[in-house]
Amino acid sequence: MKKTRRLLSGNEAIALGAYHAGIRVAAAYPGTPSTEILENLAKFKDIYAEWSTNEKVAMEVGLGASYAGVRTLVSMKHVGLNVAADPFLAAATTGVHGGLVVISADDPGIHSSQGEQDNRHFAKLARVPMVEPSDSQEAYDFIYDSFPLSERFDTPVLFRITTRVAHSNSVVELDEERLRSDREKRFRHNIEKYVMLPGHARVRVPHMHQRMADLAEFAETTLLNQIIDGDAALGIVTSGVSYQYAREVFPDAAILKLGLTYPLPAKMLRQFADRVKRLFVVEELDPFLEENISVLGIQAEGKQHIPRWGELNKASVSHSSRKAGITTAIDSIEEAKPVEGLPGRPPLLCPGCPHSGAFFVLSTIGQRSKILDAKGMSEGESKLIITGDIGCYTLATYPPLRAMDTTACMGASIGQAIGIEKAGTTSKVVAVIGDSTFMHSGMTGLVDAVYNDAKITVVILDNSTTAMTGHQDHPGSGVSAQGAATNKVSLEKIVSASGVANLAIVGAFDIKAVRSAIRTALDCGELSVVIVRGKCAVINKLRKNQRQVDPELCNNCDVCIAIGCPSIKKQDGRLTIDIATCMGDECGICQQICPKKAISPIPGSKGK
Amino acid sequence: MKTLSLDKQDILMVGVGGQGTVLASDILGDVALSMGLDVKKTDTLGMAQRGGSVTSHLRMGKKVWSPLISPKEADILLAFEKLEAARWVNYVKPGGIVIINDLAIPPLSISLGTQKYPADRDIVASFKQRTTHIHMLEGSKEAGNIGDVRTLNVLMLGFLSILIPIPIELTAWHQGIARHLPEKLISMNMRAFERGREMATNVSL
Repeated sequence: MKKTRRLLSGNEAIALGAYHAGIRVAAAYPGTPSTEILENLAKFKDIYAEWSTNEKVAMEVGLGASYAGVRTLVSMKHVGLNVAADPFLAAATTGVHGGLVVISADDPGIHSSQGEQDNRHFAKLARVPMVEPSDSQEAYDFIYDSFPLSERFDTPVLFRITTRVAHSNSVVELDEERLRSDREKRFRHNIEKYVMLPGHARVRVPHMHQRMADLAEFAETTLLNQIIDGDAALGIVTSGVSYQYAREVFPDAAILKLGLTYPLPAKMLRQFADRVKRLFVVEELDPFLEENISVLGIQAEGKQHIPRWGELNKASVSHSSRKAGITTAIDSIEEAKPVEGLPGRPPLLCPGCPHSGAFFVLSTIGQRSKILDAKGMSEGESKLIITGDIGCYTLATYPPLRAMDTTACMGASIGQAIGIEKAGTTSKVVAVIGDSTFMHSGMTGLVDAVYNDAKITVVILDNSTTAMTGHQDHPGSGVSAQGAATNKVSLEKIVSASGVANLAIVGAFDIKAVRSAIRTALDCGELSVVIVRGKCAVINKLRKNQRQVDPELCNNCDVCIAIGCPSIKKQDGRLTIDIATCMGDECGICQQICPKKAISPIPGSKGK
Repeated sequence: MKTLSLDKQDILMVGVGGQGTVLASDILGDVALSMGLDVKKTDTLGMAQRGGSVTSHLRMGKKVWSPLISPKEADILLAFEKLEAARWVNYVKPGGIVIINDLAIPPLSISLGTQKYPADRDIVASFKQRTTHIHMLEGSKEAGNIGDVRTLNVLMLGFLSILIPIPIELTAWHQGIARHLPEKLISMNMRAFERGREMATNVSL
């Protein structure tokens, strides 16, 4: 057998494991921490991989491919499964033909999400089996096992990972000669299985319950669940990355490590509980295992000691076990205090970001920033209410721009703007949304605005990529997930076809044009859309004629600081522009807005 | 005075987005793997990929469980920027090694005048709560002299390669660096690695 040892992230391992299992179709929408799974699968040119318009579509594509008989993978972040919940539960009802594995990448601790949720509940809700790996090796092995599991029990498999599994690298022994499925595509007409009319669905429901009963039997013997022998004084039940922390904190304990976390192996759990004095459940987020173990009539401790939100780590698990009286070991090392008042380093829009200009305009229109400064955030209502959306541009919430009042979920900006306007506010309402997010779920909001005659302005920030998650392509970019040129869906044609009469398209780095377009849109008193178009600064490699500040002309008015450009710095009362990061001619916004004309290009400068 | 245990090394690398922190930990992780060690590595970027704080936890040893380094247990802190170093004082184990690049990248709050950048002496004093092995080096300046400040990450690895109490062969380092860099940048980075090693040879442990 040919084996190679590599250091892989959980996401890389999942992609390889799925490929070695013989998948033929993969679909996803980018979202941290799941994005790299499809990115890695897209590199294999002998399978089909797509960025779908959104997670719901990805799930439907996956379901179709599975019906057609081939092994299929669908991946998304935790909140993506909310979007895809409808077809996911439909898939649970119809069952599958080719193995269908759905990856949910949860983000405990909210590294890069709008919220924290424990998607293990989806397994129970949908009545599907759930598999959870604890490191990259298991990610590689378990995903391989999940496809036959799906086929055998006629069900989608929920493959749940968390940030620390997805984004941690650990050693994987790859088995390049693994037997790949050679399933042929073959769709069979079977309306009782695939057409969910009430009469058919009612027949499927008992199937689902029988499947879960069969899976509970399977759980007793599958190698996905493992007992690690140890001192009977303490028995730990755990899964996923929590296993790693438990193993480090309790090196001597007996451990029941679950890889199949739904349904649970009742007999195995009872036998394990009988053998140990204390049963302690170590799990991140909700007491999912603990509650499902308690339902079996087994006494277990867990969440009365262990944090219910945020990520676990070795320190929090050992703190909890001290609280529970499981260990008496004392931490004898005193806390070391960092220097007081260390400044944070929040993420910012990049130098030369095409969004900066639009937000600078929004933050200064109607003296918005001054109002916020003078009155504080709580008093009164600003003359301009800005509903926001999800992408890099959400960073415009921070000072100095402070140009965002709401951000809830993908595509919400437009619906929220409609609601605020319909509630009867006298302020102008602007929804700000990126191109990829607009394609994802902003379109339906815009159609609603047209239909219900909402007097709002929608600003679409079009950088022609999904920047926040690392520049994935999307329907408007003209390039497929696998790098081929493809049809390009036109933003402006969608907007016009929806029936929006007031549409302006402006270049992102022409501040006068952006200001005038946004002003005109706000003043028209009707539904209006402004598309602000400019290349993402991270992608744009061109940079020349970096800008400089003439200290003779500069009067320290700080207007340029209000752009929030990281290249513009002020220290000890002196303004400078960092030549190494300034985008020069590609941007030039600071030069356009400087009232003293103190900013000019350094001729011939190429930066660093 | 080598008091570090050889059965595990926890190395925390911190910096600012764009400094090559993650690449540095990728290289060292790969080098450790090639020496037959178990390795785990996790990077915290989150929304911070755009010029924000970057942290990379790298753990190696006979067997590694948690992918995260715990407070008070880092054997080595390798910091590419001073403010980023200052945040991680409590992670350094008693007697651990602290290597800081003498470079300040002031965050926007400094430009806005709302916060102050910490003074060098205060940063050093905070680390003295834990250790006397504190090395402040002019890494960015030296990397610039070599030809490109972006070689800083590899220069810092060169410095680390002398101080790390795991016997790693020089050829393993060279191969690791070569595997992670494009062909045309290898020779310049090898010079940076060598310069980092030279800078560390005068350091007493």
